[in-house]
Amino acid sequence: MDQEHIVKSFDEDLNNIESLIIEMGGFVEKQIAEAATALSRRDTELADTVIAADKRIDALEADIDVTVVRILAQRQPMAQDLRAVVVAPKIASNLERIGDYAKNIAKRTSVLAKTQPIGSSAATIKRMCIMVQDMVKDMLDAYVTRNAVMADDVRQRDEEVDQMHNTLFRELLTYMMEDPRSISPCMHLLFIAKNVERMGDHTTSIAEQVHYMVSGEFFDEERTKKDTTSTTFIEPDASE
Amino acid sequence: MPAYALHETMPSAAMDMKAANEPLIAARNVDVFYGDKQALFDVSLDIPVNQVTSLIGPSGCGKTTFLRCLNRMNDLIDICRVTGDIILGGKNIYDPDVDVVALRAQVGMVFQKPNPFPKSIFENVAYGPRINRLAISKTELKEVVERSLAQAGLLDEVHDRLEAPGTSLSGGQQQRLCIARAIAVEPKVILMDEPCSALDPIATARIEELIDTLREKYTIIIVTHSMQQAARVSQQTAFFHLGNLVEYGATETIFTAPTDERTESYITGRIG
Repeated sequence: MDQEHIVKSFDEDLNNIESLIIEMGGFVEKQIAEAATALSRRDTELADTVIAADKRIDALEADIDVTVVRILAQRQPMAQDLRAVVVAPKIASNLERIGDYAKNIAKRTSVLAKTQPIGSSAATIKRMCIMVQDMVKDMLDAYVTRNAVMADDVRQRDEEVDQMHNTLFRELLTYMMEDPRSISPCMHLLFIAKNVERMGDHTTSIAEQVHYMVSGEFFDEERTKKDTTSTTFIEPDASE
Repeated sequence: MPAYALHETMPSAAMDMKAANEPLIAARNVDVFYGDKQALFDVSLDIPVNQVTSLIGPSGCGKTTFLRCLNRMNDLIDICRVTGDIILGGKNIYDPDVDVVALRAQVGMVFQKPNPFPKSIFENVAYGPRINRLAISKTELKEVVERSLAQAGLLDEVHDRLEAPGTSLSGGQQQRLCIARAIAVEPKVILMDEPCSALDPIATARIEELIDTLREKYTIIIVTHSMQQAARVSQQTAFFHLGNLVEYGATETIFTAPTDERTESYITGRIG
């Protein structure tokens, strides 16, 4: 609805929340990209920058929480305004988690930089990161344009991330079986892959919030999860 | 299982559904004119029993006009003409053979400004039961008055000064006295026209709490300018705009995801 509120400062409040979410989302995108670059280039300096910058995401989340509490108390929003206000801290919380995963990737990068590269795994992780980064970007577009269909589409794209994670999981297990010396870096890479997979999951949660904000209906459709690593088992003989 | 047992064990959600299916009041194609000017356009609305229904909308939208149709208060305005049917308990209240005084005992009303009679607290409440011959003896009358004051949550505050003038009470107490006066004649319905707009927040909270208790026994229809109040006290909400009933439904739906854009604009503070 383009119509303005009779109380102009209420519009400012709502715009303020939106700006904070956009700023936070944009910064999270950057963190994902830089964490992936640091990993693939074995750039510990860049990794350290990512780690330090996470504080800014946390601060933005706190800003959003404070703003939302104040708006609820002062404005008692209704209908679309109410929905826009209540989804904000949830979206912020998901973005904050995604940011934490990016930071964790950066932390592990410092360790991995001291070990031999494991096949093409870093490149695969970078591709996964690019996919998730694009999902976050499109999700923010869906949020800003109030486009539930777009949010639902982005949500479906998480399947591809899950599938890449499955492939990487099997690949890394195989490396570990072949050479026990690779176990330490492989374990770190496994955690990193899992982190990226979780980033995708958080993005789908944001999609559900956007869906509710736009339509007023809670998302009840179960998403088909393609992450099968929890049940994957590779026989030691299989690698021979 | 015998029928009564089934009824007793019916979960509250199912009870609400049952209530919603059997309206206590059914308004059908109600038009209201003040002289040449039409104030309400073809309003049809079912009021469920033992629920609070709030009527909201900007000033001049027709919500108070509609409320006043429900006990024929509009009869008091010469130029006012009402067409359509308002069925209460199977009977059109606009039928020529309806006794308006008896109707107003069944459908009580509480106004924006507390308006106790210039009499004692006791007499304010006793007046209705006495003229309607609901209580004959002094003892009966005392019982009715005390029960009504207790139901209105006022007895504890006034039990030792029932002979004091009604106007000596605070605004919030006076409003509860008016509610006690309305329920003393055992109505089915209580109409409330912005009952808290002249009260402070604490007195407002007391009335809201009271409304919630009263709905166990009565069906309540309230006109309010406070959206938050409508959201807090009512189960059903009707939104009026320019004399039309725009949207009517469960309060929760109206305030979280209304379907009509005009409702959305009004409750979010974009049109007034």
